[in-house]
Amino acid sequence: MMKLFKNINLKEWLMILICLILVFIQVWLELKMPDYMSQITVLLQGEGSKMKDILTNGGFMLLCAFGSLISAIITSYLLTIISSKFAKRLRRKIFSKTLNISPAEVKKFSISSLITRTTNDVNQVEMFLSMGVMLLFKAPITAIWGIKKILNKSWQWSALTAGAIVIILLTIGIIVSIVMPRFSIVQKLIDKVNRIIRENLTGIRVIRAFNAEKYQENKFNTENKKLTNTQLFNQKCFAVLQPVMQTSMNLLTLGIYFIGAILIKNSLMANKLTLFGDMVVFSSYAMQIIMSFVMLSMIFMILPRANVSAKRINEVLDTESSIIYGNYSGKTAESGVVEFKNVSFKYPDADEYLLKDISFKVEKGQTIAFIGSTGSGKSTLINLVPRFYDATEGEVLVDGVNVKDYNKDALNNKIGYVSQKAVMFDGTVKSNITYGKSKNKITDEKVKEAIKVAQAQDFVLKMDKTYDSHIASRGTNISGGQKQRLSIARAIAKDPEIYIFDDSFSALDYKTDSVLRKELKKYTKNATTLIVAQRIGTILNADKIIVLDNGKVVGSGTHKELLENCDVYKEIAYSQLSRKELENA
Amino acid sequence: MRKNNKFEKANDFSSSIKRLIKEIKPFKVLIIISFVLAICGSILTIITPKRLTKLTDTIQAGLTIDKNNIKLLNEKIALSQGQDIVIDGNIITFEDQMIYINEFKNLSSNSSVTEIYDLIDNLPESIQNVIKPKMNMETIRNICLLLMSFYLISALFSYIQSLCMTNVSNKFAMNLRDRISKKINKLPLKYFDAHQNGDILSRVTNDVDTLAQTLNNSLSSLASNITLCLGSIIMMFKTNSILAITSIGSSLLGLSIMFIILIKSQKYFVQRQTELGALNSHIEEVYSSLNIVNTYNGKEISEEKFDKCNDRVCKCSIKSEFLSGLMQPIMSFIGNFGYVAVCITGALLAYNNHITFGVIIAFITYVRLFTMPLSQIAQGLTFIQSAAAASERVFEFLDEKELENEKTKTLTLDKSKVKGNIEFKNVSFKYDDNGKTIINDFSASVKSGQKIAIVGPTGAGKTTMVNLLMKFYEINDGLITIDGINIKDLTRENIHNLFTMVLQDTWLFEGTIKENIKFNHKEINDEEVKSVCKYIGLDHFIKTLPNSYDSKISENDSISAGQKQLLTIARGMCEKAPLLILDEATSNVDTRTEELVQKAMDKLMEGKTSFIIAHRLSTIKNADLILVMNEGNIIEQGNHESLMKKNGFYAKLYNSQFEL
Repeated sequence: MMKLFKNINLKEWLMILICLILVFIQVWLELKMPDYMSQITVLLQGEGSKMKDILTNGGFMLLCAFGSLISAIITSYLLTIISSKFAKRLRRKIFSKTLNISPAEVKKFSISSLITRTTNDVNQVEMFLSMGVMLLFKAPITAIWGIKKILNKSWQWSALTAGAIVIILLTIGIIVSIVMPRFSIVQKLIDKVNRIIRENLTGIRVIRAFNAEKYQENKFNTENKKLTNTQLFNQKCFAVLQPVMQTSMNLLTLGIYFIGAILIKNSLMANKLTLFGDMVVFSSYAMQIIMSFVMLSMIFMILPRANVSAKRINEVLDTESSIIYGNYSGKTAESGVVEFKNVSFKYPDADEYLLKDISFKVEKGQTIAFIGSTGSGKSTLINLVPRFYDATEGEVLVDGVNVKDYNKDALNNKIGYVSQKAVMFDGTVKSNITYGKSKNKITDEKVKEAIKVAQAQDFVLKMDKTYDSHIASRGTNISGGQKQRLSIARAIAKDPEIYIFDDSFSALDYKTDSVLRKELKKYTKNATTLIVAQRIGTILNADKIIVLDNGKVVGSGTHKELLENCDVYKEIAYSQLSRKELENA
Repeated sequence: MRKNNKFEKANDFSSSIKRLIKEIKPFKVLIIISFVLAICGSILTIITPKRLTKLTDTIQAGLTIDKNNIKLLNEKIALSQGQDIVIDGNIITFEDQMIYINEFKNLSSNSSVTEIYDLIDNLPESIQNVIKPKMNMETIRNICLLLMSFYLISALFSYIQSLCMTNVSNKFAMNLRDRISKKINKLPLKYFDAHQNGDILSRVTNDVDTLAQTLNNSLSSLASNITLCLGSIIMMFKTNSILAITSIGSSLLGLSIMFIILIKSQKYFVQRQTELGALNSHIEEVYSSLNIVNTYNGKEISEEKFDKCNDRVCKCSIKSEFLSGLMQPIMSFIGNFGYVAVCITGALLAYNNHITFGVIIAFITYVRLFTMPLSQIAQGLTFIQSAAAASERVFEFLDEKELENEKTKTLTLDKSKVKGNIEFKNVSFKYDDNGKTIINDFSASVKSGQKIAIVGPTGAGKTTMVNLLMKFYEINDGLITIDGINIKDLTRENIHNLFTMVLQDTWLFEGTIKENIKFNHKEINDEEVKSVCKYIGLDHFIKTLPNSYDSKISENDSISAGQKQLLTIARGMCEKAPLLILDEATSNVDTRTEELVQKAMDKLMEGKTSFIIAHRLSTIKNADLILVMNEGNIIEQGNHESLMKKNGFYAKLYNSQFEL
């Protein structure tokens, strides 16, 4: 937690200091009030006291109350600003960090966890800062000051108050120690209940087709019951707290009065009046002290949660990206050349290599295709070019320069990457095509051209506002094939030297697929293309085909060459097309 | 639309509250008990200040000098003429009398009370015994005992009451969650096409939680707070009306300020929630597209948008937090203000001997008793407002129109005897009543044991055909028969029993591999699972996992899409239904594995009717019947050879595979 607070800047520390001072003033004023109260009681008590004195004392008391109100308002205002701005900065930091770390690190956290860390966890810390800090300042100051004020009154009263504090703290301690571990259980059970409902929703067709409704309902029922019972237990424990605190406060007042009666009875006549005043004052101080202990215990209830959140946030902020960019600006003699030199790759904590000793070179304007069975490493291989991962051994060169030497923008400007799963952002058709920052500004003409090449013009023109039509987040308002075509258009609009298609044609039917590729070839004559595909048809006419099996190159060459000398390729090809068809192609 | 919302809100509010009351009726015994206890507890709390008054009055009586005693003493001394006198059994010697006279000689009529009190300590014991005030310890002890029992009883009441309400709210929440989960299975698929999963999910969690929490916190406290408020008003007026008006007036002043703040801050809270939602969706969008964001240098664009959203959240949060942060200080100021007001007015009254000091003490308590519940009611009302919104969403979902009840359908097709002759006769279908027709006058006849392929471009209606066959949707026109029986006369359960269905979408749940394959069919034994996995080449992969068939599958796992699909295929194969539907079931698997799976399937499905939807035309070349669909119509049908000869739509589609 303290580590996170390093993100608070000097101005805010100053504000916190002001808050601390204000809290001091506030507590001082609040504790001053019982003095006036006692004066008033004594005045009320005694005969012959003057109305004017009561009014003066009352006025002072009100002044104190008003002063403490003002300082409380200012404190709360300052703390709100500090905590909100702090949260804002923290969110921004995590967001930027997430954009900077590599997919390997993202995978380690999992995306959904990163989302909760950016939002929910920051909220927890924010809440602690805005509420907890106030309590953390105020409670001890009040407690210590209050205790100091009543210490020299009668020890019997002090002992009684101490007893009440012990009882309250003990109750809170016991309850928290019983309930705390169950809190995390509840959190996990809520996750489970959510997960089963999500399963039910995503798998609704499967569940119905299998008549598995009862099966899922039973599963849900078990977790639902567990959740309810755990929560019931927790809340039953917490239900004890309120009555215990109320009763101990009430009984404390009663006890102070009872002891007071005995003390007064046994005292000298001269002390009786003062004792009576003391009694009234003591009971109000005692209440304040007890309240401050209750506040303090509340901190111990929010603190652990905030602490967990702070830890989770720090984990993200402390993550160093395994991908470090160089500062090469990207001016190269060649363009569109991609070369792999003895590249091997394995995940950092894995034993087995996913890619082993891969070498090849593509020249400008060539198309190279990668094919192989599920899990053969095709996607992993092309992911090394835009540096989603770095090669474990060997070198990946673009235009003769190691990808690790480029600065980020320079490398990305050379590459037009289209992912397997089409990605759409909330915005318009146009904003999705022009997404990001490219080396040249993408004009409206360019957008139209790219959409045309990507075979998306038909449906875009049919949309209600054509190029300015709204696209929902994740493209939920258009079909899978349409998404894929738009994401291809995004790459085209960028005018890259190197296209990377990671199985990007899978949602298209054959006809669209082949027309698109034809148009693309025409349009991108000078660009180099890297394609991962499962359909033989898609890669048939590539300049070079690389066949992967278990992370190793088992064949490379043109379609014709491979049909003759590569068994794996033959197997794949024949599983899709007949011998005759292949020869005709 | 937006403008009307405000008018509807009040209406909706009362109707959803009514609905809520209706729904919690089963718990009425517990609720009534807790209400009664809350009221009893409040009454006890209200009558205690009166006793407290008596306590302070008694203590006070123990420290003021009875003037009559002094008067009596003075008279007796004046008459004593040097003799000892006896008052209440106390013998006062002449010497003592002289000391008394000497001490009091110096006193003038306007000496202060303290001066008199100081003198008394110097007097001889005998005189002190006469004029010194006496503490009535017995009365004090009795009052203390009585108050103690009051406090304990009311604590007990409040504990039992919260136990009741905790039970009610949690059981109610459980009941609602259960009903929602069951409801999901009763709704037509149409509903899920129109609603987002996230929305339904948040009804189960957020809305039900809000509802339960409000029920737990607000409902019973509302009862006790109202009782407290009314009770303290009555008690105040009964004790002293001038003080009552003073204290109520002074607290109302502050409370009205608080209400204004409450209403104002509510607006900002809603705004903040909305802005947070916007921020969250941006974060989610960017985080789930990190590769694209990175390669397109989208970092700056995303950060710009993020900053904008983040800024708005921060602004709204400052406003709402600040306003709600005012609550506490203002509350305590009102308390102090009320205290001073009561003290001053009380002093005035006491000055004129209208009231005793104890009354003022009692009023100080009343002021607190009055303001606390009022502010709690105010806060409770805002909670209830959000609960009303939540309950509206929950009940809206529970009230959705369900699938047709099938209890009246008695016809069943036996799984083991069904032949698999399936007939589509002039089937027409559209998803929306006013929407465009998806399937248009579709007719086809399928013989037992045939392998039927449905092909066509995206959006041609292939999957819809399957959905109709599975009775996921009801057809608008025409009929579908299985072995001559109209599927309208069969229950959905019966139809689902007849089919094995494997979808493109690879749905797995969190559980072991074995559980995922067996799914709800408990009768399948482990051997069968293993042999099926061997068939489709999955056994090897599973054995490399740490716990082989008992390995857990969870969301983050690095099981590839292809392997997931194989698992769902294994699940389908284990079901052993007589009819088979494969809807793009092998699209994530590479072609060689697909071939393997196909072979295994063919073996298992020998003599059984099967429907296959596929993009890859190679998969379906050996089908007995290929239905070529475009825009909801069957435009060609026949086997591969005949369709190729025809050189029509299918042939074009097929040849496009080899074009560049």
